[in-house]
Amino acid sequence: MKKNKMVTLTIDSRKLQAEEGLMILDVARDNNIYIPSLCTNEAVEPYGACRLCLVEITTARGRERLVTSCLYPVEEGLTVKTNSERIASVRKVLIQLLMARCPDSEVIQDLAKRLGVETTPFPLEDKNKNKKCILCALCARVCQEVVGVSAISLVNRGVNRQLATPFFEPSEACIGCGSCVYVCPTHAIAMEDTGDKREVRWPHSQMEFKLRKCKVCGSYWIPERQIEHIAQVSGTSPDDYDVCFSCRE
Amino acid sequence: MGDENKELEETVGQILEKYRHDKGMLVSVLQDIQAKYRYLPKEALKQVCQGLLVPLSQVYSVATFFKAFSLLPRGRHLINVCLGTACHVRGTDKVLEKIERELGINAGSTTKDLKFTLETVNCVGACALGPIVKVDEEYHGEMSTDKVVSVLKSYT
Repeated sequence: MKKNKMVTLTIDSRKLQAEEGLMILDVARDNNIYIPSLCTNEAVEPYGACRLCLVEITTARGRERLVTSCLYPVEEGLTVKTNSERIASVRKVLIQLLMARCPDSEVIQDLAKRLGVETTPFPLEDKNKNKKCILCALCARVCQEVVGVSAISLVNRGVNRQLATPFFEPSEACIGCGSCVYVCPTHAIAMEDTGDKREVRWPHSQMEFKLRKCKVCGSYWIPERQIEHIAQVSGTSPDDYDVCFSCRE
Repeated sequence: MGDENKELEETVGQILEKYRHDKGMLVSVLQDIQAKYRYLPKEALKQVCQGLLVPLSQVYSVATFFKAFSLLPRGRHLINVCLGTACHVRGTDKVLEKIERELGINAGSTTKDLKFTLETVNCVGACALGPIVKVDEEYHGEMSTDKVVSVLKSYT
């Protein structure tokens, strides 16, 4: 593979070399420079929903502005400040808004503490209204881009926006893989296996799945629908999945 | 019921054909269905998702995003009561209240017989005529509580 051109940029007065096409956030993280963010995940394209990764940039031509570092590609001669006074004050409001939206979320509380914010001046939402969801759509993006089934999406608009399955009903597309649970930055989606049943609970809808039993150890290890999906995508037989991962070795 | 479903399926099929099953025309397809049925039936959305090869979650996301789309059946006539400033100072709230009482529904809902859907708007741009009640494409200016019954009666 052809190597991309390298560019030189400055982040927090450190001169760095970075491959053209990378985003500021990736380069900063590679160099151990902390920029807070909730909605990024290396498995999916950047989206810019949580806005917490805002940084102050000065371009080579001297233009200054605030950009979301997850969506801004590095360029020659760029100067980035990740922790100026201006950034701190903007970030403070952002995290305070999230604190008011999800009063229940430990992740947001912890992040606020890390950013030196203790309280929010905004009225707290009812804990049951948004649950712990910040609408970053990371779950929906993983479901579409990685799993490839697009079972969940953001629905409605404005203050009524929610993350849900179509019609708030059990989705025919969902395979119960739990990827959305795994990537959710605020643990707003829950998954529980009891006996041969798996339950996935999104903030505003939920589903149940039947699990398959491993023929060797007898533990329930994978939803039937996930087997169907994997078998279909890979062209293998659904019977190939009678034995769980641990027993196959 | 069976005939209705078949008719719906055929109509949606024709609409999909009209846009050559092009993914990018999702909003246009939904607009055509909305124009024909005054709402987006669930079955139609499922057919659109198969016809355009777009995930149902995405179709549902789009259908719930735009205010022009409704997922619940709507009345044959759409009543828009203007709540703009000019109408407001001339007592449009009384008019709205009277209509709500006459129809037995709140703003934002539809009568049981599917005759009227009642909604409010923030200005229809004819402030000199306020208070204004717009029914379908007809404007009823200088509305009063006394006029409500006769205006509602003129629609079948």
